This record gives sequence, C-alpha cells and structure tokens, in this order.
Amino acid sequence: MNDARPTSWLQLANPAVFNRWADRLLWPLVIATLGLFTYGLYGTFFVSPADYQQGNTVRIMYIHVPAAWLALFVYAGMVVSALGTLVFRHPMADVAQKAAAPLGAAFTLVCLITGSIWGKPTWGTWWQWDARMTSVLVLLLIYLGIMALWRAVDDPLRAARAVAILTLVGAVNLPIIKFSVDWWYTLHQPASVFRLDGPTIHPSMLKPLLIMALGYLALYLVLLLVRMKTELTLRRIDRLQRLAAGIPGERA
Amino acid sequence: MSAWTALLLRDLRLARRVGAGAELGLVFFLILVSLLPFAIGADQRFISRIAPAFLWLSALLATLLGLDRLLQADEEEGVVDQFLLSGTPLELLVLAKALAHWLVTGLPLSLAAPLLGLMLAIEPQAMAPLALSLLVGTPALTLIGLIGAALTVSLKRGGLLLSVLVLPLTVPTLIFGATLVKEAALGRPYTTPLMLLGGMTLLMLVIAPVSAAAALRHARQ
Repeated sequence: MNDARPTSWLQLANPAVFNRWADRLLWPLVIATLGLFTYGLYGTFFVSPADYQQGNTVRIMYIHVPAAWLALFVYAGMVVSALGTLVFRHPMADVAQKAAAPLGAAFTLVCLITGSIWGKPTWGTWWQWDARMTSVLVLLLIYLGIMALWRAVDDPLRAARAVAILTLVGAVNLPIIKFSVDWWYTLHQPASVFRLDGPTIHPSMLKPLLIMALGYLALYLVLLLVRMKTELTLRRIDRLQRLAAGIPGERA
Repeated sequence: MSAWTALLLRDLRLARRVGAGAELGLVFFLILVSLLPFAIGADQRFISRIAPAFLWLSALLATLLGLDRLLQADEEEGVVDQFLLSGTPLELLVLAKALAHWLVTGLPLSLAAPLLGLMLAIEPQAMAPLALSLLVGTPALTLIGLIGAALTVSLKRGGLLLSVLVLPLTVPTLIFGATLVKEAALGRPYTTPLMLLGGMTLLMLVIAPVSAAAALRHARQ
C-alpha cells in the first residue's frame, strides 16, 4: 500500500492519513452544523410566515423536506462509494459505504415519520398510500436490506463488494420503482387526499429551507466521518485481537 | 453452447429428482389460493376483486422458494469453480440456472394460473391476460432472485435475508403485472402495462446475469 503513487486520493487509503484529515475537518463541520441548525431553526419558527392554508403546521416542512433530500443524497454517495469499492478497490470506499447506510436509513425514517406527523393535520390520516410516501418507504426497505447484508457477511472485504453490487442494482432500480409507483398512483388516485401542490414556494420559505438543508448536509458529514473513524478503530481492534490470538497470516 | 445446455438439463433433472419440481411449486400455489377464502371469507365478489393482486403475490412468493439454494449448492460442491474454469462466460451459465429455475416455477405457475383464477372468480375476459402477464413477468422475478441468490451464496441461513434484499426490487414488476390483470378484468386495454412488464423482464435479463456473476466472482477473492 505504501508504494502507491503519492496522490492525495490514494494516500487517503492509509487509515492514519485518513484519520488526520478527518480530525482536521471534524470540528469545523461540527461548528457549521450547530450554526446552520441554530440559524435555520430560528428562521423556521420566527422568521418564515405561516401558510395561509396550513397555518403553523407548514413549519414541519423545514425538518421533513431536507430529510427527504438527504435520504436520496446519501444513496447517491453510496453509489459513488460502491464504484470506488468495485472499480478502484479503495479501502476507504468500503468504510464510507458501511458508515453511510444506517445514516441514509435514519434520514429516510425521519422523512417518513415527519411526513406522517404532517399528514395527520393536513390530510387527516397518519398514513396515505401516496406515490411519494410509498416510494420513500421502498427506499427505506432497500436501505434496510443493505444494512442486513452488511451484518450477514463476516469478512469485511467480501461484504463490501457484495453490498456494492446490491447498491448499484438498487440504483438502477430506484428510478424504475419511482416511475412505477407514480404510474400506479395515477391509476388508483384516491379522492380523499387533500393535495399540497400549491404554487411554487415563496422566497421567505425557501431561504430557511435551504439553510436547514445545508445544516442536514453538515450533520451528515459529521456523523459520516465519526462513523468511518469508529469503523477503522473497530477493524484495528479486530486485527490486533486476531494477532494476539496467534491466528496465522495476520500482520499488524 | 454445449456446457450451457448440459447445465440447463442437469438443473431440470435435479429439480425433478430432489423434490423441487414443477408439481410441488404448483401445490404450494394451490395451497395459497385455498387459504385465501379462509382468511377473508367466502364472499365471491370480494375475492374476485382482489384475485389478480393475490395471484401475483402468490407467484412472487412461489418464485422465492428454492432461490436460496439456487447457487449455494453449486458453490458448496465446487461446481461454481468448474463454471469459472470452463471457459464459458459465468454470465451465461448463471442465466442457464435462472432459466432452469423459471422452467420449474414461473412457467407452470403461468400455465396453471387461469385454472386458479377460475376458483377465485376472475372475470372470464381476464383469464388469458392473467396467464400472459405471469408468462411475461415471472422471468423478471426469477432474474431479480438470481441477484439475491448470488449475493447470499456464502451465507448458511441466507433465505430470509434473500427475501429482504429481493422483494423491494420486485415492486415495479408487481405493479405492472397486477395492473394488467385488473385492467383486463374491467374490459380495458392493457397494452401499456404489458409493454412495461416486458421491459422489466428485458432489463433484468441484462442486469441480473452480470450482477450475479460479479457477485459470485467477488465472493471467492
């Protein structure tokens, strides 16, 4: 690994180098997260206006919509990591994939739960088989499958490659699932739903929304780096334990 | 192509001899259909309404049967190593395995479905479309299952995990298939769902062998 060409991308494959970079980035990102959330939540509760139809209920949008964006963004990041695993065999891509999956699932779950809480006062029901909610639910199921595959395969190298293939297959399928669910929904559109597709969003609401989205993104990066560092430490402990147990073929 | 044909015939023979043949899958399908009235009551009109969806769900479950051993037995016995040594592309060989699986699950289900549709009081004009939808759609289910089988090939108890991995990916196939039958039952044209269903199968025909072969190769490095 040490004879790799000295480009920064490949140097990051060294856990020590990665840890150094991660430590350097971590605190600025934590501060950015806190700042953006403080500013964003202030905007959510005090600056942005109440909706003329939904009143204060609309404020849950600032929690809900960025979570939905992140749910997709994390998956896109996992696709990039999966390519890094399969094409470049980059060890950090494996670690990033593993660290990202539960975070993506968590954002998807936040999106579903806040959507449900938003749905109760506006649609009058906790759950509606609406096209978007259904697609997000399927996305959550795919995330859970990926997490289950990570847990099932012992060897981290094999697990990373299997998960990478599953992630790529999922990436091809996600747009088709989205299309098919939309198509299904237009065929069976229930009459009772109060649709929310009003006019385009007003700037006074867009600004807090974008700040909250940036806050979510910074939070995601913080959690991702921490989880990657934890995973690296766990792997090191595992390797040292094997070494201490005298399992042949293990190097420190 | 002789290795390919030999593998196909071997899998078909194996299926017949070890009790995973077409007839047992059909019995499973029949049991599912007979359980339905016990669960929801004998109201013929209600059964008739949910029958297309139910038959498609049953086909989905019947396809899952045996998937966890589809590649695992070969992996354990070293047959996959022989695949890799044979010089025939692994992609084609796993396709032969999928075809053999479909010939003993999907195909008999498609042919038997109108009969079971009769028991579930499906509209007469929807009988042929029901068989057609399963004939066109179940290959996609088997192929998606092939990916899951390859990903879980080294796991001792991969059956449940396989279902969790595979079932979310079958959503489009299920939607198009069940919609096709429902539209036909209402006497409406069903060309659009039929073409989308065929598209799913063709797409999976490309994706599944490549992904499954990649998964098998990576599992042994």
